[in-house]
Amino acid sequence: MGVHRTYAEINDKIKSGKVVVVTAEEIIEMVEQKGVEQVASEVDIVTTGTFGPMCSSGAFFNFGHPSPRIKMHKVWMNGVPAYTGIAAVDAYLGVNELPEYDPLNSNYPGEFRYGGGHVIEDLVAGKSIKFEATGYGTDCYPRKKIETYINLDDINEATLFNPRNAYQNYNVAVNVSDKKIYTYMGTLKPKMGNAHYCSAGQLSPLLNDPYYRTIGIGTRIFLGGGVGYVAWHGTQHSPCGPRGENGVPLGGAGTLSVIGDLKQMKHQWLRGTSFLGYGSTLTVGIGIPIPILNEEMVRFTAVKDEDIFAPVVDYSYDYPNANGKSLGMVSYAQLKAGVIEVGGKEIPTAPLSSYVKAREIAGTLKQWIQKGQFLLGEPVQTLPSSDSEIKIKGLQEKQNF
Amino acid sequence: MSPKKIVLRFPPQIVDRPLISTLVKDYDLMISIVKANINPYKEGSMVVELTGDPDNYNQGLDFLRDQGVRVEDLSEDIVRIMDRCTHCGACTSSCPTGALFISRPSMEVILDDEKCVVCGVCLKTCPVKAIEVNFNGKN
Ligand code: SF4
Ligand code: SF4
Repeated sequence: MGVHRTYAEINDKIKSGKVVVVTAEEIIEMVEQKGVEQVASEVDIVTTGTFGPMCSSGAFFNFGHPSPRIKMHKVWMNGVPAYTGIAAVDAYLGVNELPEYDPLNSNYPGEFRYGGGHVIEDLVAGKSIKFEATGYGTDCYPRKKIETYINLDDINEATLFNPRNAYQNYNVAVNVSDKKIYTYMGTLKPKMGNAHYCSAGQLSPLLNDPYYRTIGIGTRIFLGGGVGYVAWHGTQHSPCGPRGENGVPLGGAGTLSVIGDLKQMKHQWLRGTSFLGYGSTLTVGIGIPIPILNEEMVRFTAVKDEDIFAPVVDYSYDYPNANGKSLGMVSYAQLKAGVIEVGGKEIPTAPLSSYVKAREIAGTLKQWIQKGQFLLGEPVQTLPSSDSEIKIKGLQEKQNF
Repeated sequence: MSPKKIVLRFPPQIVDRPLISTLVKDYDLMISIVKANINPYKEGSMVVELTGDPDNYNQGLDFLRDQGVRVEDLSEDIVRIMDRCTHCGACTSSCPTGALFISRPSMEVILDDEKCVVCGVCLKTCPVKAIEVNFNGKN
């Protein structure tokens, strides 16, 4: 009946140094040479990686109380506002947040040079940042204002908590209009002058476990250069859309919510990012180990770029108007080769997500596991999958309750 | 005359003279300062863009040379800060000359200086600001 492994067995092999780990790139060739059965008997874990802009990200902080105490009503970190609608000296800094003085798109296309993502990168790089807070004053929290400088060591907690990361597949963006447009998918030239995509394809975590058989709540992961966990399914998690015969979704589908201690992360893997005319965000490095519990997981992890397809979507009209149209499907093999064909026209492609860094993350995670520094976390609950009947809703405009 | 960018280098003994205002007043040139690095008692430099009548332009530059200013044509280079570059590839589709390109199959991003025309497009499209411009060999 083929190979069957448990998480506990694999973790024992990690501890005894006998574990066999390969990356999601390496397993492709192994399966081509040796076949699924043989590889399933040899390999315990496949590591994946992705390094791309992930807008739904941010961090919770507890700054500690000054004396006298303050209930922080407004907080700015290097001029970037953080959300304070939680306890007195807690705040959440979102990576898309911008300083109030940023000209935004009034000076079109805006440059968005410094936002919440850049604050997080600076903190993780060990830099001090300017911290300002105001309060309205209460009997227990009398103080109304504080201005100081903080770094990651000075404050109590700094927890990266990203509501939606690691999109399982994504649109390929083009612009069919006559003028250049600036989007979260980068600068798109008129008349389909270029096509931008944003996935590591065959190395990307959720494309290697398309039905979330092993990636679930509690899965231990590489997050921002440190160790983190899958906390929940991500927002907009949409597992029930169309899939190919290999189970791989034919467009944006599953997502992950991830969490980890910011203090042990590395700034190389959390990079403040600016998209001309769009805004600021954070490029996040994520790597997920996939245990080879059985032969099915070998088949899933051996997925190749040529078997993963993404929809080409117009970002000048169709996407902004949410009309759900696609101009056709292309494979990641075509996207990575540099040219795709849409409606008889050849379009040069460029990625937004770094394949080079995705490979480095998968390689780093492989090393951590081989050295016995990283054990698998068995999910306490799996994520909603293709049988969950989840439907993504649009926002309806209503006149009354 | 279309605007021309040049680099002016001021020896320490003349940095405090009102040379730029003379160019405006006596030679009727329009000046926009692209970059300036002037410190008292030290050699200073300035990248300026000059617009005006071609004769006035040449006479203005002669005046500066007479005052001891070194006038150089602007040479700008694009430099990529390697430890900031993530090899994402986002810059490659906006670079008009193909100087920034993806090497396959490694998917590394290469910058070919020979092909770069210093148009500056990548300065703004690089999402992590890994590209900078050097003026006459200095950042
Ligand atoms: S300056 Fe212009 S030509 Fe040179 S690399 Fe950048 S985009 Fe390409
Ligand atoms: S856009 Fe910037 S980070 Fe990305 S490859 Fe080009 S230079 Fe490197």
